This record gives sequence, structure tokens and C-alpha cells, in this order.
Amino acid sequence: MRPLTEDETKTVFEKLANYIGRNITHLIDRPDDPHVFRLQKDRVYYMSEKVMRFATSVGRPELMSLGVCLGKFTKTGKFRLHVTAVDILAQYARFKVWIKPNGEMSYLYGNNVLKAHVGKMSDDIPEHTGVVVFAMNDIPLGFGVTAKSTTEARRLDPTGIVVFRQGDIGEYLREEDTLFT
Amino acid sequence: MVREARPKVGRKARTKQGLVPTLTEFQAGMLEHKPYRGSHGAGAKRNGTNDRNGERKRKRADGDRESKYLNSKKTAGKAEKVDFVERSSVKKAKAAGDDDFYDFGDDDEQNGAASDSDSSPVDDVYDSGEDEDEEGKPIFSDDEGDTDLLESANMQGLKKAFKTVGEKDDDKEEDEEEVDDDEEEEEEVDDDEEEEDGEEDEFEFEDNDSDGLVEGSDGASDLNDSDVADEFDLEDDDDEEGEPGSDEEDVEINVDSKTTSILPSGQELEASSSIAPDIHLSRTRIQEILNVLDDFKKLAEAGRSRSEYVTQLIADIANYYGYTEFLAGKLFELFSPREALEFFEANEVPRPITIRTNTLKTRRRNLAQALVNRGVNLKPIGNWTKVGLQIFDSQVPIGATPEYLAGHYIIQAASSFLPCIALAPQEGERVLDMAAAPGGKTTYLSALMKNTGCVFANDANKARTKSLIANIHRLGCTNTVVCHYDAQEFPRVIGGFDRVLLDAPCSGTGVIAKDASVKTSRNEKDFIDLPFLQKKLLLAAIDSVDANSKTGGYIVYSTCSVTVDENEAVVDYALRKRPDVKLVDTGLVFGVPGFTSFRGKEFNQKLNLTRRYYPHTYNVDGFFVAKFKKMKKKEVKKEETGEDKKKQKKKETEDEEEELTL
Repeated sequence: MRPLTEDETKTVFEKLANYIGRNITHLIDRPDDPHVFRLQKDRVYYMSEKVMRFATSVGRPELMSLGVCLGKFTKTGKFRLHVTAVDILAQYARFKVWIKPNGEMSYLYGNNVLKAHVGKMSDDIPEHTGVVVFAMNDIPLGFGVTAKSTTEARRLDPTGIVVFRQGDIGEYLREEDTLFT
Repeated sequence: MVREARPKVGRKARTKQGLVPTLTEFQAGMLEHKPYRGSHGAGAKRNGTNDRNGERKRKRADGDRESKYLNSKKTAGKAEKVDFVERSSVKKAKAAGDDDFYDFGDDDEQNGAASDSDSSPVDDVYDSGEDEDEEGKPIFSDDEGDTDLLESANMQGLKKAFKTVGEKDDDKEEDEEEVDDDEEEEEEVDDDEEEEDGEEDEFEFEDNDSDGLVEGSDGASDLNDSDVADEFDLEDDDDEEGEPGSDEEDVEINVDSKTTSILPSGQELEASSSIAPDIHLSRTRIQEILNVLDDFKKLAEAGRSRSEYVTQLIADIANYYGYTEFLAGKLFELFSPREALEFFEANEVPRPITIRTNTLKTRRRNLAQALVNRGVNLKPIGNWTKVGLQIFDSQVPIGATPEYLAGHYIIQAASSFLPCIALAPQEGERVLDMAAAPGGKTTYLSALMKNTGCVFANDANKARTKSLIANIHRLGCTNTVVCHYDAQEFPRVIGGFDRVLLDAPCSGTGVIAKDASVKTSRNEKDFIDLPFLQKKLLLAAIDSVDANSKTGGYIVYSTCSVTVDENEAVVDYALRKRPDVKLVDTGLVFGVPGFTSFRGKEFNQKLNLTRRYYPHTYNVDGFFVAKFKKMKKKEVKKEETGEDKKKQKKKETEDEEEELTL
């Protein structure tokens, strides 16, 4: 477990900013309960400083997880967000897409969001921007990037793709073997 | 009984086993076969011989009990005789009627012979023997010679038997002797056996209680014998007639009302060890033995000790439910016989599916509403938990709803709420869960602490930490640290926790309904090794706690096992090894107090503060929860001065012994 290097921090923050924009400051500046980012075996975790202090007693090989896993660095140095971060993203999301109940299961099985399934979405989302996908009752289901801007999406036919899926909570079941270790 | 030979069949297989036909079925069969008189006669004959063969087997082994039967006959015989008369007269009428119906008339010889075998059971006890020889002639030529043999042998046997009786008994007995003194009796027995078959079937289906005991048990033991005999003797049964004294034994048993021989004799055991034991029979015998144990003085066979019955009961339970005899005995000794059976019965029924609301993300009412909308039928578990829901049925897979994936609930056995409730972690504390996977309890602790403080979730198995991490993240617990140490290392890795939960690895005897492999996989070694490990873990847990914690200083020890070795014995050991801990109330509103003494072992009297849970009492998994408080040094001193010094010395020596054994 170690703090992120400057480069790493940059990559992670760029990625996060894609979804939560300026709200990223809310992640870092928490005067009441300071939180930190830590790297452990390619994975980036976000946790309270207090938890981090306790976890320093645990050896590197034995430490499996702490706080919330945001995602992992690929071998090429890119950062990939995991669905485990969806709670944080949902909390500070800039752009949101809500899908109707009939589209929930389709999305949770790993499909992209179709126009027909979109219940509502934030106004003026640009093209290729990170969005967080919610069910109509505000349960965060995952995140992705828009295929079309909001205005274009309005004119789309019902089978057209609005959001490319990047992560969904169905992965807890589908990817249990690879997602966490 | 040979363990290897035991088939791994459960209760369900019972229905597939051939049942003995009921009386009505049997009679229907008679009617059907009537036109082929020869074959029916043979069938009847065969039935009779089989039963007799079985009886003979028992007879041989129970030779020493013979005289007792004769004695008992004296009292019961008279009353029974009336019965015989009635019964047989009814039969006679029936047989006559049948004859009228199916009388083809052309074949005199056969007819006569057949009616012999039909009407022979009818013959009364009192009108013995005028044309016995012709009437009793069986259809098969082989038997003719045998009949003579049989007769003479029977006479011999009877004489022998009555000689012994005559020596002891008075006039009444002699009266009966005269009556019984015939070949007649054999037929009577056949008749009786048929009747008995019908009766015992009813017994079987009704799952009779004590009032059916006498007849039912007789029938069952007959059935037992005939079944065993059937396996061997189906082909050559005709040759095996004519056992001296075997027939009168039958009468005795049927007549006998009190001392029933439920237990198999040594020879039967030998015989049954060579073939697969019959579950059907075990089932019946379990009930009978339970009845006997309920009122042992009255119902027990003379000369049989209680332990004989218990041994047989355990063997039958092991056979019927598919346990090893060792484990069946181990679990049996925890309860009274009847309760034990309830326990074993409950282990065959799955527990209800329960879920726990994740209070970090939702509320139970909202969750219930959401699930009801998805077609799930549920209700709250009980008054003792505000987060549990019991699922009755569901149109959707309960482990894959969007709510599940979003972490609004976790599928968790009701019993595993208990240690968390007992531990009662407070906000801001530092808590250790020593054996955490798959994370049901860890996430509950985290939820109870409202994601404040810190929860260390440890599991020794790296593969299992995957599901642990998955659940922690799905349920949105942000205050956790997951590591995979051997939990015994714990105070060295990091200590000073406010509370520690040790849900120790165990034999799983409380969750047999969930994992039936426990029935056969656990052996004696497990019940030595596991407590050993549990003791070490519990000491590690105690050492990991900070006694000076302002809010905490508690340890909860729990297992999903019901055996004393893994529970009370471990707790008692920890109390002796760590004088600075004491048992405190678990704070759980239900549960049976733990044992303070068990089979000669005396435990700390405070062990009544621990709680046990059984599947048959609360419909939760078998479980055990103990809560310790680690005292500050001052408190320890106070406690020590209160205690007797002698007692302490004794304890110390015991400790040393314990160490040696360890």
C-alpha cells in the first residue's frame, strides 16, 4: 500500500473528472473526515485516513482490500474504473441517465442503454461524456459514456444506443472472480 | 452394522421402497388370484413360511427369552383366544363365500387342496385335528413329506417348551396347553400373520402413537424378520418349514401384550450386517424405541438395559437419516431421545431463506415494498431483529434482483445475525472479525456502526476473501480492511480492538440442513482437532481486545455447531486460561442457555449466560453464541479476591493438565 505518484494521481483524477467533473474536490477536501487514495497491487482504493492508518499494520501480501476500490491500472498505465466505485460516482455525478424498469435487466446483463429504455436524462449532456446510469427509483446501476448528446438522442430511433456501458452492478455476479483480486 | 454397507438413502427414498400391502390390498389380491387356485395357495403358503422363517431366526437367537413369552402367554392368552375365534369365523365365512363364487367344480383334487390352504387359517383353536392330515396337505408334492416332519418336529418342540413351562406354572397353563397342543396352531399363525400384516400397515401409514404400540410393534418386528428372510429365502422357502417350536413362538408374540421385542437379537444383527439395512424398518423401530424409553419401567423388555435400547436407537437413526453412527451418537447425547429425533427431523428440512436489509443503503420497509413489487412473498423474521426478512417464495431469483446487485440486502441465515447483535458494536469503534468470509456478519457489523470506525475482516482462506470483498463493496461498506492472515497471528498483526467477533470454523453440525455432507464426513478426529483450533483462536481473540477500551472490551464467540466440545468446552477452557475475561449476557432475547455440566464434565457456572439455538426449536440453524467481557486490571483483582484460593489452585492444576493434553 502506498500513496499514488503524481502521474498516477493525474490519470486517476482525469478519469474521475470525466464523470464527476469539478465535484472531485469534494472527494479530496473533507475536513471532518479526511480521505485518501492509496495504491495496493495495481488497484486504487479510496478510504478514510483513519482506516488507512490502521491498515498500515497489515502486510502487503496479506492486505486484500481496504475502503472502496475505485479501479485498477492496466499494464499499459491506463486507469480503468470498476463498478465498485459507482456509489462515489453516483453521489457526485454531473450527468445522469435514468432507465425504465423494462430496461433494467437488459442493462444489468451488460448491454448498452437503448433509446427505448431511457426514462429520462440530464439536459445538455455532450457526446462521449461519462454518465452514471440510474434506475427510475434512483438506484445507481452503473456508468458509461454517451453515444450521442442529449439533443441528438432525442431524435434517435428507439433501438439506437444512447449510452455505451462501461460498468454495471451485474458485474458483482458476472465478474466476481476477476473483479476483486 | 457395517458402515460401508449402509446405502446413502434419505427419507425420500422410503416411498420407493416396496410397502407391505394393506389388508384390503391383500384381500383384493386374493380375489384376483382366486381362479388360479394353485398359485394362490402357493402364495399363501409362501407368505406363511416366510414369516415363519423370520420368526425362526429370531426364535433361535432369543431362545433364552422363550420361557418369558410362555409366562406372559398365561395372562394374555385367554383374552386373545376370543379374538382368534371371532377372527377365524369371519374368515371362514369369507372363504366359504369365495368358494361359492369361484367353484369350478371340475377339479376336485386341486379344489380340495386349495380350499385347504384357504380355509386352513380358519380352523379354530378348539376344534383341533380330526382330519388334520388331509386338510393340511399342501398342494406341492414336496411338502407332503415335510408336513410330517414338520408335525413331528413341532410336537417335539411343543413338548419341550411346555415341559419347562409346566414345571413352573399352574393349572391354567395346562388348560392352555391342551388347547394349543396341535399342529393347528401353525395354521392359526399363518392366519394371524396375514391379519398382522394388515394391521402393521395401518400402523405404518398412520404413524401411530403409543396406543398402537403393542400391535404395531409386534407387526413391525414380524415384518422385520420376514423382510430379512425374504431376501434370502424367496426361492427355497418351501424346504425350510418345520422348525421345532417356531410356530408357537409366533403365537406367543402375537398374544403377548407388554414385553415386545423391539430390539433385534445378536443373530439378526449379524444377518442384517451382511445386507443393506432397511430404512423402513429403522423408521418403525425408532418410534418404538422412543415409546419404550418414554416409560422404560413399564414397556421395556425384561433383561434389556436402557443402553441397549439407546444403542439400537442411535444405530437406527444413523441408518435412517444417513449419519455415521459416531455423529448420530454425538448429536443424540445433547437431547432427550424425543427431542433428538425432532432435531434429526429438522435437519432434513431446509431452513427458510432469509435476507438482511442493508441499513447503509435502504430501509426494511422500502426494501420489502420493492421486493413485493417484483413478486416476492415475504414477511419480517421476528421481533428480535429489525433488519431481517423471511422469503416464502419468489417469482424472480432472489440473488439477482437489481436491489440485490445494488446492495440493498444480502442473503444471510437468521442465525448469523445473532453474533453481530450480541457483539453490538458502537459507532467509531475498531472491530475485528476473525473469520469473516463470505462477509454477512462483517457487513452487518459495518452497518451497525454506520460506516464509522474501522472493521478488520480477516479470513485465512485467500480464495474466500473474493466473495468477502465483493459483498463488502456491494453493500457499500467503506470502513473495512480485508486481510488474509491465519487468525491465530492476530494480536501480533494488530491488537487493541474494541470488540472482536470470532465465528469460529466448526464442524457445521448446526447446518446439516444446508450441507448434508457433514453427516458422513465428520469423524472423531474432527472433534478433537476443531476444538483445539477453536481454543487457540478464542485465546487469540481475547488477546486482541483492549481491556481499557472506553466503550468496548467485548469478545463474541460463535459457532454454527451444536456439539459441546466445540462450544461450552472451548468457552470454559478460555475462562480458565484467561482469568481477566468473564462471561456476560449476550443480550439476545431468545435461545437456550448453554450447558453448565455435560456428561460428567463440570463447566463454569456462568456458562448459562451463553446461548444455544437449535433448528427444531427456533427454526434457525443450530448455533452457539457466547459473549465475553475483558476486564481491566483493577476489576480482575476484585474478582480474584472474591474467589476462593483453593479453587484457584485446583484450576491451575487443571490448566496444567489441559496443557499436557493439548
